[in-house]
Amino acid sequence: MQNVAIADQPDELHDPQTFITKYVYSQDHKVIAIQYGITAIFVGLVALALSALMRLQLGFPDAFDFIDPSSYLQFVTMHGMIMVIYLLTALLLGGFGNYLIPLMVGARDMVFPFMNMLSFWFYLLSVIVLLASFFVPGGPTGAGWTLYPPQAILPGTPGYDWGIILMLVSLVIFIIAFTMGGLNYVTTVLQARTHGMTLMRMPLTVWGIFTATVLGLLAFPALLVSAIMMMLDKTLGTSFFMPALVSLGESLDYSGGSPVLFQHLFWFFGHPEVYIVALPAFGMVSDVLATHARKNIFGYRMMVWAIVAIGGLSFVVWAHHMYVSGMLPAFGFFFATTTLIIAVPTAIKVYNWVLTLYRGNIHLTVPMLFSIGFIFTFTHGGLTGLFLGNVVIDLPLSDTYFVVAHFHMVMGVSPIMVLFAAIYHWYPLITGKMFDEKLGKIHFWFTFLGTYAIYLPMHYLGFLGVPRRYFAMGSTDFIPESAQSLNASITVSALIVGLSQLIFIYNVFWSLRAGKPAGHNPWEATSLEWQTPDVPPHHGNWGPQLPTVYRWAYDYGVPGAEKDFIPQNHPVTESEQTAGEPEGR
Amino acid sequence: MTIQTDKSTSYTKPGIEGLVADWSSDRQTFDLPWGKLMMWIFLLSDTFIFSIFLTGYMNVRLSQTDNWPNPSEVFALEIAGQHLPLLLIAIMTFALITSSGTMAMAVNFAYAGNKRKTVILMTITAILGASFVGMQVFEWTKLIVEEGVRPWSNPMGAAQFGSLFFMITGFHGLHVTAGVIYLSIIARKVARGDYEKKGYAIVEITGLYWHFVDLVWVFIFAFFYLW
Repeated sequence: MQNVAIADQPDELHDPQTFITKYVYSQDHKVIAIQYGITAIFVGLVALALSALMRLQLGFPDAFDFIDPSSYLQFVTMHGMIMVIYLLTALLLGGFGNYLIPLMVGARDMVFPFMNMLSFWFYLLSVIVLLASFFVPGGPTGAGWTLYPPQAILPGTPGYDWGIILMLVSLVIFIIAFTMGGLNYVTTVLQARTHGMTLMRMPLTVWGIFTATVLGLLAFPALLVSAIMMMLDKTLGTSFFMPALVSLGESLDYSGGSPVLFQHLFWFFGHPEVYIVALPAFGMVSDVLATHARKNIFGYRMMVWAIVAIGGLSFVVWAHHMYVSGMLPAFGFFFATTTLIIAVPTAIKVYNWVLTLYRGNIHLTVPMLFSIGFIFTFTHGGLTGLFLGNVVIDLPLSDTYFVVAHFHMVMGVSPIMVLFAAIYHWYPLITGKMFDEKLGKIHFWFTFLGTYAIYLPMHYLGFLGVPRRYFAMGSTDFIPESAQSLNASITVSALIVGLSQLIFIYNVFWSLRAGKPAGHNPWEATSLEWQTPDVPPHHGNWGPQLPTVYRWAYDYGVPGAEKDFIPQNHPVTESEQTAGEPEGR
Repeated sequence: MTIQTDKSTSYTKPGIEGLVADWSSDRQTFDLPWGKLMMWIFLLSDTFIFSIFLTGYMNVRLSQTDNWPNPSEVFALEIAGQHLPLLLIAIMTFALITSSGTMAMAVNFAYAGNKRKTVILMTITAILGASFVGMQVFEWTKLIVEEGVRPWSNPMGAAQFGSLFFMITGFHGLHVTAGVIYLSIIARKVARGDYEKKGYAIVEITGLYWHFVDLVWVFIFAFFYLW
């Protein structure tokens, strides 16, 4: 075992001594995860506030003076970019990936802790650069989160001068941060597993995060390249994405560039990005469902292969975001077909989640409620995806509120539901305290019902043809006046849901101080992260001896066993062996 | 199903059987040091970056209506009245490919434990890399000062020629520069004896990066100078 450095030599782990090395410049994956988590949730709250401002304008037009058309577009852009990249990607991979991978595969830390630490500091820098754009002349960019050229860098778009440059710089820094973290996650999963931990014994959480990280390492290059090219267009006056055009009555120096090239590059990143967010969520929800239904996950192998298949397919569907951009019809056919094919492994996963619940011993705990909520929102968002994946149906629905409703259900709300489930599920492990169950349930019902109050009506708005990203509808004949009352109702729901997140924040902080001690393994879960000698786990995770794994992560309710769960590090007993090997072991 | 937990036997199996044994085993999937696997994954990611750059290049070039400059004219040198197309590029490419050779020799000597020869060969590699960057600076200067090519314009035709050339060779040049710095740091550490206990895998990891940078140059060379 010449290659296993940390695993067999715990003396090589230098315990951090000072406050600074322990909590600030920490190389411990758990501290880095919490740093990632706090930063991500903080920017997420900024983005939530921006969405409230947008909704105020849409629900009650011109009631607030400080929201003008420019700032509205800036809110839209920053809300989208922060939520997708700086909250979801960072929290799922940087936060939960960092915390759970080493604990779940039985490693002492990530393979290169120093690089892992750098990853967080680069991420923080990218967040600071991004937020700095609120304070530069012209404010942040208002180009929409897709940053389509040519408008993104031309006068008329808010923030075309400073905002867009800071946005691109921030993205480049984020990609560097992600790459440093991502290399660590992939290498840790492949090379630093403990004794007996085979790939097919890993919890689905690790599978989801692992596959998503691989997607990220292969998809972010496209965003990096397009950010560099657009930066050169903006600063040096090259014309990669800029055709010859007339702006404010003057013909510009640009000529011969292709805006559609940017769209291809952007969506070659942008579509895998959806699954970078979704796959870790799929994995975590599988583990939460199995634990709280006291039943093994249905079809573990299928779940793994579905994750891998979705990951592979996600690279050949990108142009379904560009049906209206103009394409050879055969390409539209191709991308519609691949898009619909990706529904197959996704549907397998949904069926397997439902079948995991079927005849399970369901404990309606807060994490479980959020997980079941996720199955609803995800199925719902996935079904509208089938509409939009077809060229002929997409064309009339494109750029309407139907699209807004679809992606908020499928990649906004659904991963957020899983994130809440995950935070509530692993809170006892991370803090050693139990959260308040009652507050958690109130938080769930506000969030879950509120989600439907917000997004269901948006589908109708979309069918009416209400265009998205518009500051105000003005006198548009085809939109009935009743659409406005629907918008007002959506706004009220959105504000209530937004405010109800304060319950969650309060719960997290209150329980940190006054919560009941969680004790060891409060959910009676089988996976390794709950089997550490200390709760919360100490530096090095496992004490003097690494655990040995004897079984998969889903031995719940095994017939003949003493308890209704058998942790992964419990040896296989003789009675089990004589009872024969169950399927999927 | 019994799980293969003893890694010592799994690598002896050839072909598909060995592959399956590696991927279904515990602890580690590849019999590689962590750093080496990480470098391979990084290079895969970097491959995507350069592929996307070159795909963008092809797209932009094919959609130009303006005249695309003839590379053998643009990149020609006048020496003693002789018109020599692509001479400088040939020398640059030769220097870089040679440096790959010296790097491979350095890896060989590192594993043999020959510290002195490893350091000498890594230094030669770094010098060849630095001379490549130097010649690139010369080429850029010639293009900018003598031929009047700019990132935003080009007197010989399509403006995108300059944009793409400076962007992609610049990005590659940054990689080479980073590689020279990386090589120098590792060579110094080898000389100091830092790896006598840990083993010399790091030299091979550095070499992986260096060979990758060379390989990318072959593609850039083909796309910019031969097409």
